[in-house]
Amino acid sequence: MSSEHATAHKPVMSPFTIVAGIVLILGALVTVLRFTGGLAATTNLSDYNPWGLWIGFDLLVGVALAAGGFVTSAAVYIFGMKRYHSAVRPAILTGFLGYALVVFALHYDVGQPWRLPYPFIVQSGTTSLLFEVGACVALYLTVLFIEFTPAPLEWLGFKRVRNLVVKLTMLLTILGVILSTLHQSSLGALFLIAPSKLHPLWYSGYLPVFFFVSAIIAGLSMVIFEGGLAHKYFHDKMDETHLREKEDVAFGFAKAAAWVLAGYFSIKVIGVAVDNNWSYLATGYGAWFLVELLGFVALPCFLYAVAVRDHNMSLVKYTAGWTVLGIVVNRLNVSLVAFNWHLPSSERYFPHWMEIVISLFIVTIGVLVFRFIVTRMPIMHEHPDYHGEH
Amino acid sequence: MEYHFNTLHDFMVYTKGVVYILILAILIGFVAFWSFLNGRDPDRKPE
Amino acid sequence: MSISRRRFLGWMGAAGMGVTLGRSARAAGPKTFPGYPESVGVLFDSTLCIGCRRCEAACNKVNHLPPPERPFDDLTVLEEPRRTRWDSYMVINKYYPNGRENPPAYGRMGCNHCKEPACASACFVRAFAKEPTGAVTYDETVCVGCRYCMIACPFEIPTYEYHKVLAPRISKCTLCQPRLLKGLLPGCVEACPTEALTFGKREDLIRSAHQRFRMHPGRYMEHIYGEHEMGGTNWLYLSGVPFAEIGKREDLGTRAAPEFTAGALAAVPLVVGLWPVLLTGIYAISRRKEKMADEERTAAVADAVAKTQAASDEKLSAAMEKAKKEKESAVEGAVKKALEEAEKARKAEMAEAEKTETPEAGAGEKAGKDSEEGA
Repeated sequence: MSSEHATAHKPVMSPFTIVAGIVLILGALVTVLRFTGGLAATTNLSDYNPWGLWIGFDLLVGVALAAGGFVTSAAVYIFGMKRYHSAVRPAILTGFLGYALVVFALHYDVGQPWRLPYPFIVQSGTTSLLFEVGACVALYLTVLFIEFTPAPLEWLGFKRVRNLVVKLTMLLTILGVILSTLHQSSLGALFLIAPSKLHPLWYSGYLPVFFFVSAIIAGLSMVIFEGGLAHKYFHDKMDETHLREKEDVAFGFAKAAAWVLAGYFSIKVIGVAVDNNWSYLATGYGAWFLVELLGFVALPCFLYAVAVRDHNMSLVKYTAGWTVLGIVVNRLNVSLVAFNWHLPSSERYFPHWMEIVISLFIVTIGVLVFRFIVTRMPIMHEHPDYHGEH
Repeated sequence: MEYHFNTLHDFMVYTKGVVYILILAILIGFVAFWSFLNGRDPDRKPE
Repeated sequence: MSISRRRFLGWMGAAGMGVTLGRSARAAGPKTFPGYPESVGVLFDSTLCIGCRRCEAACNKVNHLPPPERPFDDLTVLEEPRRTRWDSYMVINKYYPNGRENPPAYGRMGCNHCKEPACASACFVRAFAKEPTGAVTYDETVCVGCRYCMIACPFEIPTYEYHKVLAPRISKCTLCQPRLLKGLLPGCVEACPTEALTFGKREDLIRSAHQRFRMHPGRYMEHIYGEHEMGGTNWLYLSGVPFAEIGKREDLGTRAAPEFTAGALAAVPLVVGLWPVLLTGIYAISRRKEKMADEERTAAVADAVAKTQAASDEKLSAAMEKAKKEKESAVEGAVKKALEEAEKARKAEMAEAEKTETPEAGAGEKAGKDSEEGA
């Protein structure tokens, strides 16, 4: 896709190119199978387990990890933290790609994807939290697209349209925060209707709040994590400002993440207390819950704090990666691991390898499109015509 | 208004439908009111 | 207290708000919606069921479902636990609550037609409807296939046609809604040879169940499963053994499914109403801070400029002072000199005095002006 850039001064086949190529080919084959053989041919979904990896990972994790867009733009434009400005465009781009891929992935999962707009044009099920999620994701995808357009418009040289869009920044940012608050929390609220199926340690009236707060953590950590990767692979695409602010962004976001993690840890513990679920902690599920709570919430919270105090950049980066993994663990716990916990193991779900292939396929597409855009458009550097303007 | 609801579900379909329409109106209303509120702000940036 | 409360309510009524307030209060609080008063249902009496599977056969027939792999009269099927599938809307399962040497008990799995269906509450295209008859029906023409209804259903009833490529549907028992509208009994009820299935108005069925409890003491667990479970269902169950023993979950509680999501749904408009206020507030504060910082910076710059100005002014005035003094002394000197000269000249030549006097006077005037400005 962007081979002329990637291969200009590297061997023709880098390991990344080979892996990406294999995943793309496999993904294309499974795609054909999915749309000719149906869900039964490609998934392990069953009447007991209607939602699998494509919802648990592609939707829940995808949306959570795409939260960097709203977190960063809110920090910069609403909270006035101008010194993080150079982080906005990469975060918006990741957010936009994340949501676009979520919607793309849904086409694999739902039975009749061409009917995805039905809730808004045919008949609305307003009592459904999924309606809320759908409406917000659709609107937010649009918002992110508009927020992203200045980069391609600058690249293509459409000055007037670009300036018009830039004027909408505040409006779009606020709308983005509202929509993100709503659908991030509603993704957790999806499971409120099934208290009898989700393990009590994960089921809580606070689920929407847990999902929203952890999405903020995911957003902050993704910006750091991605920033680290981008620094390594797209160093030549970054301008002075970007490179200068890079460290500042990482430490600032790490500090914020540590603080939000502390809040998240607190409300998770309160969640156990208000439902009096202490006794479950002594069970197998309890052990796993503690792994999540201590290993993926308390630990990164502490590590972030240490990294910020010691001004340890590499610790910040590793902690960011670990936190992102923690979010993945949490979303999969809620949707797959702790869901249907009451069923015998013979009825439990484990993803089919083709489901995993599609999830990897979608992530790979995301990475490739990101690379395509970043190597061409003014994402990590300012367009010379708009120097110091935005 | 005086429609009789037999089930909580019907009631919620109706009320949430109204709420979603209100939400749209509120969002548009906020933008309009904000610009009215700041219309004569002396240090408003000429946007 | 009560008077003021009554008066308050009176005012609300007069203001025409009583109805609306009452409704919203009822939705969140103690209000219960009675459900459709004439709705019908089926009472399954496990103590009368003999596990003949004729209900299954009838269900298959009236719903035009594909023929099963093993025929309905093959009762060995019952030895394996089964669940509803896309091709079977209901199944009878055989349980051995008292061990295999004792007689079995039978349980039915199929849509219970909740009074407040979780599937309907969860569906984002309103594909499910609670009909006035009591049936929960499904409209395949709008279904997107998200399968959230299957997640939501506490009884794990809705099934999906995973094998279909183009238009997979949810399938589940319809309470034979089409037959009900024609005045016919549901297929399963019609086929039951032992009256283990009784069709009737839900209220009558509950009454009948209590009658059975009275008539056969000790025969039943004195509980009607479905009377209150998940807000109540139109299918009701009686059993001689704990319901958990015939495949019914006893931990579902009595709250109807929509109640679980009501709180989260109610928070949505609050976020929309208050977030813009909060966020623009924060924005305004950060803008103001920025502005103040800007002003401070400008002020500091102005101050610095002023200071430099003052310093340079001082220097300038000092220099001017010096210059003035020099000038003054020079002028004084000049004047002195001039006077001396004048004196000399006057002394020497009285008649030519006027010619030298004029520039002297000019220089004296100028010096006077400078000293005034300096003061």
